[in-house]
Parts: sequence; structure tokens; C-alpha cells
Amino acid sequence: MAKQLKVHVFLVLICGSVLLSNGSVIRPISDAHRSAATELFVPSHDGSFGSLEETYEALRTFQVLGVERSGDKTEGICKTVSEKLSLPDSTTKDIFHALKIKGILGCSTELVDFDGITSRLQYVINDASSLLELYYSLGGLLSIKEQGQNVILSDVHATFQAIKALSQSDGTWRYDTNSPGSSTFAAGIALEALASVVSLAGSDIDQSKIAVVKKDINKLFDRIKRYDDGTLYFDEKNVDPDQYKGPLGTSASVVSGVSALAAVSSEKLNIGGEKISGLAKFFLSIGVPGTTKDFFYQINSLASLESNRVSIPLILSLPATVLSLTSKDQLKAEVTTVFGSPSPPLTVSLLKVLTPDSKEVTHFEKKELEYDQENRIHFLDISNIDVGKYSLIFEVSMNDPELAENYATGGQISVTTFLTGNVKIDKAEIAISDSDASSESVKKLDLSKDSMVSLSANHLQKMRLSLQLKTPLGKSFKPHQLIVKLQHESKVEHLFVPDMSSKQYNLVLNFLGLVEKFYYLSGRYNIELAIGDAVMENSLLWSLGSIELDLPEAPEKAPKPRAQPVDPLSRFGPKEEISHIFRSPEKRPPQELSLGFMGLTLLPLLAFLIGLLRIGVNFKGFPSSAVPASFAVLFHGGIGAVLLLYVLFWLKLDLFTTLKALGFLGVFLLFVGHRTLSYLASTSAKQKTA
Amino acid sequence: MAKATNDAQLLIQSIHKAYAATPTNLKIIDLYVVYAVMTALIQVVYMAMVGSFPFNSFLSGILSCVGTAVLAVCLRIQVNKDNKEFKDLPPERAFADFVLCNLVLHLVIMNFLG
Repeated sequence: MAKQLKVHVFLVLICGSVLLSNGSVIRPISDAHRSAATELFVPSHDGSFGSLEETYEALRTFQVLGVERSGDKTEGICKTVSEKLSLPDSTTKDIFHALKIKGILGCSTELVDFDGITSRLQYVINDASSLLELYYSLGGLLSIKEQGQNVILSDVHATFQAIKALSQSDGTWRYDTNSPGSSTFAAGIALEALASVVSLAGSDIDQSKIAVVKKDINKLFDRIKRYDDGTLYFDEKNVDPDQYKGPLGTSASVVSGVSALAAVSSEKLNIGGEKISGLAKFFLSIGVPGTTKDFFYQINSLASLESNRVSIPLILSLPATVLSLTSKDQLKAEVTTVFGSPSPPLTVSLLKVLTPDSKEVTHFEKKELEYDQENRIHFLDISNIDVGKYSLIFEVSMNDPELAENYATGGQISVTTFLTGNVKIDKAEIAISDSDASSESVKKLDLSKDSMVSLSANHLQKMRLSLQLKTPLGKSFKPHQLIVKLQHESKVEHLFVPDMSSKQYNLVLNFLGLVEKFYYLSGRYNIELAIGDAVMENSLLWSLGSIELDLPEAPEKAPKPRAQPVDPLSRFGPKEEISHIFRSPEKRPPQELSLGFMGLTLLPLLAFLIGLLRIGVNFKGFPSSAVPASFAVLFHGGIGAVLLLYVLFWLKLDLFTTLKALGFLGVFLLFVGHRTLSYLASTSAKQKTA
Repeated sequence: MAKATNDAQLLIQSIHKAYAATPTNLKIIDLYVVYAVMTALIQVVYMAMVGSFPFNSFLSGILSCVGTAVLAVCLRIQVNKDNKEFKDLPPERAFADFVLCNLVLHLVIMNFLG
């Protein structure tokens, strides 16, 4: 039971930390991401990371994170890229990724036939088959243009229309004219493709077309979804199992598309800083992703958000959310971009402090955090706040009001923090009193001293335990767990919870009423007090002492205490040995008796033979001439052989062998017997007639 | 009382004389039957003394004796010339049947003997 209580305390602490992370602690991209990326993206022996798409994702992630990789076989990758670009039958998807990898690694452009690739991609665009084909070919042309070649898109208007034609009224896009289903992911791809068209067209494009697309973007953003803590994301309405990329993939696609379009449009897209901030928080709330695809989605989207033209999101994060009053921790906060880069000068204010039931801590006024220039941290002294779990409401404001438009600060930001401290136990005492409350023997309990009280009581008396709990600031404290345990010598336990009344905890045990609950067990009971809470730094299990209880005898029908839990490991020990009792053999008669009777059985045979002689048996009937005589001999011999076979059968043969032999002998005997007996019959018939 | 024993003695003597008239082959068969029954009786006495533990052996022994006695009785009936029913049956044929049935009986007995 002591183990159970410790587990209770432990569980409370775990719940506390889980509740903390449910508010998803948001921290900017850090070195943890960089080292995770190095571990996750593992190149194969030829230097690539799998397919061209996977290689591109790995290289792009490393590029954004700024991970320097030595020993990378970039020549191998460049060679694969050049091969793919020169093959006449590579797909547009492969060409797209190959050109992107070329752009990242800066492979040499000597052997690549750019004109050939350009005309191929142009042919695909003119064909205008599906959204993905248009996206890959336009993206490929854009990469070629960025690498210094001269690229001209033949029919800008038609291409723009071809992509726009696939849009739906709710902001989603279809993949091609034949498929009925539309998705948000496709919308992201379409927006990026439209941005490629605009940047390829140069000054040729009509900005009014972009205004039409803005309506689609607004409709798309109307479908944005929201979590409780303010993060925003995109997800599909209809899930197609083959194409579904999950909320992360869908949001990443939309963010890439919208930021690409925002970069090429001359007017600002009015999406709103709050949405940008919410999306940034969504990508950061994933923490360190576990798969390469998720990593690419997260990092690529954050890179788009960081450098987008709508507004750059700024993240407020607390390096520590559990602050200890004992070690005089200060509240620290930092404001950075999503990648941890420093922000322009700004002020962080703590607006409110809310308790878990959303009540404001009354004496708290809005405070501005001071700024430490060296470590770029905003800090505040919180020693006037008592222990407990709080939601801190922050607000960030730029020092230069003109920059406020360019940055998304996220409005009012709520962060859950724990303030922990040492809780003092005051005025703890235990007393035994008679039932009429006349006299009381009070013993004071002190945690610092190591003494154990030993009391004695009978069933007519009462036991009272009372104590006060005080926070470091002197207020009375109500812990999550305050349990008193009485354990008998036979390991039977009873738990009690003291009542709270105006700052004091009281437990009164009237033994007269508890006699039956205690199963009438008299003897020594150990008293233990367990106090636990998430914000208590000194949660304790205090063994107070023992009490000798004298209870009356148990009547006949008293309930017996439950069987105590057996040590679970003893179930798997060796079991008691089973001795097999063999069937005792039957009593056999002494051997001499059996042999005697065997002899006795042979006596009648003797009597039979003697009797035969007395009757006057003779062999006159035996045939005299040769052939019949031989048959007669064989007949008798055959019978004798069968009898011998039977003896052998009894001694050692089995039925099948016997039957086989019997078969042969039987046939023989039949033949011989028939001859003999027919000869005898004919002889006797001759005698009769003669 | 003396008359009773006298009568008994006379009875026995007359039976003895009548029996002496039977043909030899029938006497052989009768002797064989007596022999088989005696053997069976000895086995029963033994079983009564020591208990019927290997019951299958006891049964097969008894059954062998009794079975062969029964077959001999059948043979006697068939061979007896005074028996009108089996007038046309040659005695050799009856003997062949006797031998065959005995062999089958003893096969079963040997199997059951264990």
C-alpha cells in the first residue's frame, strides 16, 4: 500500500506534466531539430536518399536548417540528376525534382540540354492534361529560369485558365477534368502552379487575374480549422484514402502555395497576421517529427512562413514552465522567429495570471517584462505569486509601430506554468480522547524530529489528528492528496481522508463505529500520513508512529478481512510435486500353487490316454498303401503344425502373421484332409458294399 | 435302506452293461468329452482358490474346454449310426467339420488368452 501511495503521488506529477504538454509547449526550431534531421535522413550507399523526390526533400531540409554535411556524395547525386535530365523518357515529376536538386547543390550545367527539356516541358503544358503535370512542368521551367537560362512561356493566358478551370466554388481544386473529387492539397499545388505562371510571364501578366485567385484563397481560408490553443491548420473535407496527406501535408501544401503567390502578386494578400501566427504555431507544435516526409513538410512550410510577404510570425516561448519559489526562479520568456532568429525590438507584457478555474489572481496588475540585452531574454520577478498552477496571459507589442504590420505577434498568448515551493506543516497533533470528550491526551507531531509516537486506545475512545498546511507566502494550502493510513500487523490497511475546515485539517476516528470496518482485529496499527501535490516540492509519506488498539472479540458472523495480495512473483515459483500412484499389482498366488495346478490339469489328459488304451484303440484304420498313407501322415502333420502355430502365436507372433500362416496351412490342410478323408470314405463304402 | 442301495447297484450295473454295447468310436468321443469337462472343472477350482485376476485367461481356458466338449458332442450326434437324422452324412465329413471348428475355436482362444 505504501507503494500504491507513492504511485499516486507519482501519477499526480505525471498528470501535471501531461496537462502541461496538452497546451502544446511551442518552441522555435532548435538544434534538436538539426540533430534529429541528421539522424533521420540517412543516405544510401550511392549518396542519394532514395527516389529523386526523397533526395530533394532531404537536401531542402538540410538547406533550410543550415546543416553542414561533410562527406556527402554530392557528385553521385549530381551524376544521377544529369542522367535523369538527359533521358528522353523521364517523367515530368522526375525532371521537376532533378532541377530542384540541381538548384540546391549547384551542380555543373555543362552536359544538360536545357533547350530540349524546355521544349518537352512546354509540350506537356500545352497538352494541359492534369494539375500535377502542369505543376511539375511549370515548376521545372521556373527552376531553369532561376538557374540563368532564358525561358519564355508560350501561352500564359491559356495556361492560367487551364489551372483556374479546375477550381471549385469552396476554394478546393480538382486534380484533372475527369476526376470528380477535389481536395485542399490540390488547391495548394494549384496556387503554387499559378505563382509559377506569374513569375514566368514576367511583366506580361494581368494583375486582375490574380485578384480572382484572391477570392479562391479567401474561400480556402474560410475552411481553416482551429484547435483550442489557437493553432490553425487545414484538413480535407472528403478523405480519399489514396491521396490523403494528413493535416500536416495539406497545411504544408496550402502554405507553400499561398506564400508563393503572395511573393509574385503586387498587392498584399489580406489574410491576417492571426492566421499566419496560428499556422506557424501548428507547424511548431509538432515538435521534432518522426518521419522524413513530416520533417520536410514542417521545415519547408516554416521556411515559406519565415520569408513570406504577408507577415512574419513571431513566437513567444518560455524556456522553463516549472518555476520553483524555493530556488527563487525568475519568469523568463523569449520572442524569436520560427527558426530562432532574433526579432526586432519589442516589449512583452504579462497581462493576467489565471488560476485553473479561470479566476484571476486578484492582486496582480499588468507588468512589463524587463529585457536582458545579452541573453535576449525577457524576465520578471514572480516571488509575490503563491504556489500553484497558472495560465499566464502574455502580449507582445513592437517598439516601432510601423513594423507592427509586417510581423504577426499572435495576440494574447496563454502559457501554462507551475509555480512550486515547499509547503510547511504546522500545528500537527494527534490525540486520544474518551467518548464523552472529557479528557484528552495530546501529542505534538514534528516532521523535523525523527520520533515516532506510540499510543494506545480501546474501542470506546476516539483518535483525533489535526494539522495545518501553509504555502511559502503564508496562506493555507489545499493539497491534491492528504491521506491517513492505518495498517495492522497482518498487513490489513484502512485509509481515511481528513476534512478541511477553515484552514485546518481534522480527522476524528471514533473506534466504536469502526470496530466492524477494522474486522475486529486488535493489535498494533502503524499510522502513516501521505501529503502530495504537483506544486509541492516536499511531498511526503510520513510515518507518525503506532497505536495499540484493543477491540472486542469478533462475533460469529463477522466479516473476515480480504485476503492480502500475494507476492505476484510467487505465482511463478515451482509448484508442489505430484507423485504418481501406480496401480498396485494384483496379488498373485504363490508360484508353486500355480505350477501344481498346471500339473493337475495334465492329469485328465493322462486319464484320457489310459482310457483310450482300455477301450482298445488301434491303428487298424490307418491306410496301408503308400500314397494314401502319406496323405494321412500329412493330414495329421498339418493339424500338428496348426497347433504349433497357435502356440507360437500365443508366445510371440501377432495376429496378422498368424493369420497369414494359417491361410497357407489351412489351404494345405484342406487339400490333404480332403484326399485322406475321401479315401477313408471310399474304403468304408467298399467295406459296406462288400 | 438296503434295498435302495441294492437298487442303485443294480441300476449302475445295467447301465454299465448297456454302455458296453456302444461302438468304440462313440466311446472314444465320450471319453474325450469327459476329459475336456474334467479339465474345465480343475480350472474352476483353481480360480476359486486364487481369484480371477487374469479374467481373460480364465475365460479362454474354460471356453476352450467347454467349446471342444460341445463340438465333440455334435460329432457324436452326427456319427451315431442310430441317429436317423444324419443317416446320409458320411462320418468323415462330420469329422472334418469337427477338426475345422476346433481349429477356429482354438485360434480365438489363443488370441483371447493374452
